[in-house]
Amino acid sequence: MGEYVLLMKKSITFPDRWSMFFKQLIKEIYKLGVDSLWIVIIISAFIGTVIAIQISLNISSPLIPKFTIGYTTREIILLEFSSSIMCLILAGKVGSNIASEIGTMRVTEQIDAMEIMGVNSANFLILPKIIGMMVFIPVLVIFSMFIGILGGIAASYSTSTGMTPASFEFGLQFYFTQFYVWYSIIKSIVYAFLISSIASYFGYNVKGGALEVGKASTNAVVMSSIMILLADVILTHIMLT
Amino acid sequence: MIEVKNIIKSFDGRVVLNNISAIFEDGKTNLIIGRSGSGKTVLIKDIIGLIRPDSGEILYDGRDLISMSKKELNKLRREMGMLFQGSALFDSMTVLENVMFPLDMFSNASAAERRKRAQFCLDRVNLSDAEDLYPSEISGGMMKRAAIARAIALNPKYLFCDEPNSGLDPKTSLLIDDLIHDITVEYNMTTVINTHDMNSVMNIGDNIIFIREGVKEWQGNKEEVITSRNKALNDFIFASDLAKKVREVEEKESKHG
Repeated sequence: MGEYVLLMKKSITFPDRWSMFFKQLIKEIYKLGVDSLWIVIIISAFIGTVIAIQISLNISSPLIPKFTIGYTTREIILLEFSSSIMCLILAGKVGSNIASEIGTMRVTEQIDAMEIMGVNSANFLILPKIIGMMVFIPVLVIFSMFIGILGGIAASYSTSTGMTPASFEFGLQFYFTQFYVWYSIIKSIVYAFLISSIASYFGYNVKGGALEVGKASTNAVVMSSIMILLADVILTHIMLT
Repeated sequence: MIEVKNIIKSFDGRVVLNNISAIFEDGKTNLIIGRSGSGKTVLIKDIIGLIRPDSGEILYDGRDLISMSKKELNKLRREMGMLFQGSALFDSMTVLENVMFPLDMFSNASAAERRKRAQFCLDRVNLSDAEDLYPSEISGGMMKRAAIARAIALNPKYLFCDEPNSGLDPKTSLLIDDLIHDITVEYNMTTVINTHDMNSVMNIGDNIIFIREGVKEWQGNKEEVITSRNKALNDFIFASDLAKKVREVEEKESKHG
């Protein structure tokens, strides 16, 4: 924990050169964020569809109105899926990418080379990843919400589910709370920090060779996932109760 | 000039460097030689400030590295160039971008001037054709040359090379040695090379320090190394069969007049 705090202190400082920082930032946003768009779209579309179908199949009572399916789908996607579950998935993809990239740079002496030049390697390598993730993960979350709900709407066109597009759309708009969108975005910003900083910590402190880089990558994903779940509980408690 | 005085370094109670003192002179290639595990790498890491010795002084033209603040150390490091054993080129950058990296970080010159300087350095190491290639697309020898170009980009006063010939064939090794030597003389740099390659010793050893089990055993130049009667040094130098046979032939020839 102490080492993590010290690394963050070393990383989160003003960059040596702003031009180089922005160059790195754009690279990281593209590599970690834009390249994750396809997985977010695919997963959100399918999960949105499946959520709508499963809810419709489980609501068999005639006393429960059909628009409840749209309403519940929206709430699940906004409150939990698009932020927490999506970030757990991204912790696997992006977290392992960050840990292995920095870990490889460590074992091949690229980080030492930066230090010898007088470059603050932690700041140069880690800060653009943290800022890039905190900027772009909320964008991915908004995409996920949109695509997830579109998936639900698509499911409502299926006659076998008992839904109708009109009732589903009514449910989507029923008692809409704008704060839930902000709640999700705020959570995703916290998760973005956790994923990028924890993965960077494991990568930066690799000692040894390729085997240790692999271990660091796995540890980064496991630890980020645990911290996301813990943060989810804390943030939900703070913001919704 | 770099001067190390009474350097002691131990890890977990095991002494790796025991009271090492040496002077590395300007405009010369200073070689640290010794068997694997003798403490060469620890010494060079101490000298460049990657690890801290338990006691002793490391003076860069009179400035003590050990007592420097972080800011002063970073300033000093901008006067250093380093060639790592595995080249340590940044995988995500092209050869030109690698050479431009220290310039982009620390030079106040315009982008065009920085590019021109990087291209000059690549030209100096005969690597102009490879500027748009990535490290994974070039050979080991080319990677070393690119790393040398990056190391000299900021016109450093001190150049450090850790096993510059490892993984290279003898001919390419000689080219790298000559390049390092020429650059050292041309820019009047203080160059410190960590090696166990005897070809390098004989080719560019202006000042040679032999370390054995963490202790400085011998110091001299490439002419003196052959005639030395230091047993540990002789055992190290003439360890290969080829060297032994050459020496036997020479001794026979000298006996027969």
